[in-house]
Amino acid sequence: MIVIRPLITLLLVLVTVTVQVGLFTKLSIAGVVPDLALLLVVAAAIVRGPAYGTVLGLFAGLAVDLAPPADGIAGRWALALALAGWLAGQARGGARQPAVATVATVAVSSLAATSVYALSGLVLSEPGIDVASTLEVLPIALLYDVAITPLVVPLAMLVWRWLDPTPVRW
Amino acid sequence: MSLLRSPSRGAATSLVRPIKLSRTTRSRARTGQPLGPDRDQNRQTRTALAISVLVALTLMAVDATGRPNSAVEPLRIGAAEVFGPLEAGADAAVRPVTDLASLLVHSRELQADNTRLTDENAGLRAELATGEVDRNRLAEYDALAGITDRTGFKLVNAQVVAIGPAQAFRRTVTINAGTAEGVKKDRTVVNAAGLVGRVLRAGRHTATVLLVIDAGSVVGGRLDRSMELGFLRGNGSLGADGRLVLDLVDPDSVPVNGDTIVTWGSRGGSPYVPGVPVGTVREVQAKAGDQSVTATVEPFADMTSLDVVGVVTGTRQPRGTSGGAVGGAQ
Repeated sequence: MIVIRPLITLLLVLVTVTVQVGLFTKLSIAGVVPDLALLLVVAAAIVRGPAYGTVLGLFAGLAVDLAPPADGIAGRWALALALAGWLAGQARGGARQPAVATVATVAVSSLAATSVYALSGLVLSEPGIDVASTLEVLPIALLYDVAITPLVVPLAMLVWRWLDPTPVRW
Repeated sequence: MSLLRSPSRGAATSLVRPIKLSRTTRSRARTGQPLGPDRDQNRQTRTALAISVLVALTLMAVDATGRPNSAVEPLRIGAAEVFGPLEAGADAAVRPVTDLASLLVHSRELQADNTRLTDENAGLRAELATGEVDRNRLAEYDALAGITDRTGFKLVNAQVVAIGPAQAFRRTVTINAGTAEGVKKDRTVVNAAGLVGRVLRAGRHTATVLLVIDAGSVVGGRLDRSMELGFLRGNGSLGADGRLVLDLVDPDSVPVNGDTIVTWGSRGGSPYVPGVPVGTVREVQAKAGDQSVTATVEPFADMTSLDVVGVVTGTRQPRGTSGGAVGGAQ
């Protein structure tokens, strides 16, 4: 299990990012796609705690940063998702928290992640980012993430619990 | 402990229980329920957060200062080798479904024309069933082959397999042709309608293309009527209203609505070969502050429904004046 667990985690991240970049772009709303990697990280943070959520967020974000056709300055999604994982871990009410709490966690994390990504772009004066376009994208991203939460997060939480059944102490 | 030595007997008996309680609390804390692990977890969380933020910031600093040839570039190419084929595979897997969806959209459009086409409808529907999308794609390939014939550019055909999301604030796509097919960095990408963009980086079987409407894209353009030169910058629009903004080199020249713009061409045809149609002038505005004007250009290539594209791999100069002007222009 000591080798298999990281392997499965890696595979999960690969599949998640591929689906997000390769398939979800076909279901985009005004160009905005649901942030599947974020949902994976939030689910992990809820089940496994903030430390795990943060580290997984870093790696999942790095994958989103580097997977083509991304061309933004690398490290921005890594920062955004690491912070989102930390946030979701801090706010968690446990693996059996009510569904409403999970949805609220996703909403807050989504808002935080997209904002951190956009803000870091503004600071680094990346092309294409201004306050107007950010405000245009933020609500759609938030709603889309929340909309697919019931389809993705419970499943992802199951997988994380299956990967490591030892209960996390609260 | 001082409580044990309490001077009053009555007080001592009443204090026995509190002492026991405090002892169990202390032992519980020592063996790890629940104070200890909380503190451990907090420390773990703080460490994880600090390291993650540091790693991310370092990466950002390295990439931001070294662009476009930063130390992160090999990582990107590595990621392209992993994710590129995965994206192409995922795209191929769902293409029948997405094709069906666009077939339905097509047939709905056809129904709007129904009054005019009533008698042809049955025939059309039969044809639709045989693959409207496939035939459209074939027509695009044919048109691309036509470009090759007309201009003498050698093209490698590819399909768009992934599109950058609006959250990334960039307009980039992944195509399913790479170095193995002859695609290289800084090659011109066109489709049947006109200029699409340029190759940012290429993996073995996939490449990333920067669309001309990206806010970071600059293309040298030439007005076909007046031969005036200018620079076309993408407006980075995330929706369907992707436009180019034209700044003319000669501030006295005024573009006219409907003027067509072709690429000016870079030295050696990289990143842009000359003579590729880019778009049409749609709006001309006087710039505040000086006499010069800027024009809004609508690209010929529809950036929202990109599918079949061609990457220019051979840079044989086309016959005619534009080829001669390229050398002198830059």
